[in-house]
Amino acid sequence: MAPFWRRSKETAKERLRLILIHDRIELSPGKMEELKDDLREVFKKHLNVKTEDFDISVSRKKDSMALEADIPLRDSR
Amino acid sequence: MGKSIVITSGKGGVGKTTTTANIGMALAIMGRSVVLIDADIGLRNLDVVMGLENRIVYDLVDVVEERCRMDQALIKDKRYRNLMLLPAAQTRDKTAVQQEQIAGLVEELREEFDYVLIDSPAGIEQGFRNAIAGAEEAVIVTTPEVSAVRDADRIIGMLEAEGLHDPRVIINRIRQDMVKRGDMMDIDDMIEILAINLLGIVPDDEDIIVSTNKGEPIVLNNKSRTGEAFRNIARRIEGEELPMLNTGREKIVQKIKRMIGIS
Repeated sequence: MAPFWRRSKETAKERLRLILIHDRIELSPGKMEELKDDLREVFKKHLNVKTEDFDISVSRKKDSMALEADIPLRDSR
Repeated sequence: MGKSIVITSGKGGVGKTTTTANIGMALAIMGRSVVLIDADIGLRNLDVVMGLENRIVYDLVDVVEERCRMDQALIKDKRYRNLMLLPAAQTRDKTAVQQEQIAGLVEELREEFDYVLIDSPAGIEQGFRNAIAGAEEAVIVTTPEVSAVRDADRIIGMLEAEGLHDPRVIINRIRQDMVKRGDMMDIDDMIEILAINLLGIVPDDEDIIVSTNKGEPIVLNNKSRTGEAFRNIARRIEGEELPMLNTGREKIVQKIKRMIGIS
């Protein structure tokens, strides 16, 4: 038997989780990338951000979902 | 007043019609009066699964358009007289009826029957909306596949929006050997992801095809484990609390017992 991380049900579960997140917020993965690009530009305008590490993701809590942004800043000192 | 329940899925081909036929038959075997409505207008199938296709004279659209009375369109099951079918029209389409008309029809049938089960068409459009129009409860059928579970999730959202809260799910065509091997999502995974209550688990079974070939729902076979799964679902609908059927391989002793008919 394949080790647990290579069993196809794990792949199915992961894909399903991601698909449902995008379905539920009605934002496709492609649109999410566009949003990420736009946000990156906005932050760059006002802050010295490390754009290469900029990331946003959807997190699911019990009854709600939230968009979480990870915006690493450059220390100018 | 009886209870109206819509059986729906979103994705096609997951076993809605077979499920409707078997739950209806199981409830009838338990002595309840049941009417099954085939709401898949233009793609009539429930009559075939029930083995009642030769008896159709009138259909749902005829009733709605007042070309016949309700009792003329209802087909009595040949095995259980307390089970009836209201067939869909085959030569019309979903635009032939409106939501309010179906709702009225379901309301009328609830006066006479303990259960009104509505077999919904696949999809999320007019046909689906018609099917859920008169329902108080919803049962969602899915299979252990990413595509089917995704569609089930979408349907749950749409049912909520229409005021049908807390639908329950039936997971159809489970193959325990594949679950054990790690090549099929297990029940707990799917229930957790969908955040929904489980109504039943039905094993994948070749005998379903045989029973559809014959027009005899599998609950009529007392020895079938798949039939037992449907009978248990019917009992849960009746309010009984039953443990989920173990869909794993039978112990050899049990199998022998069952084969010689002492279990």
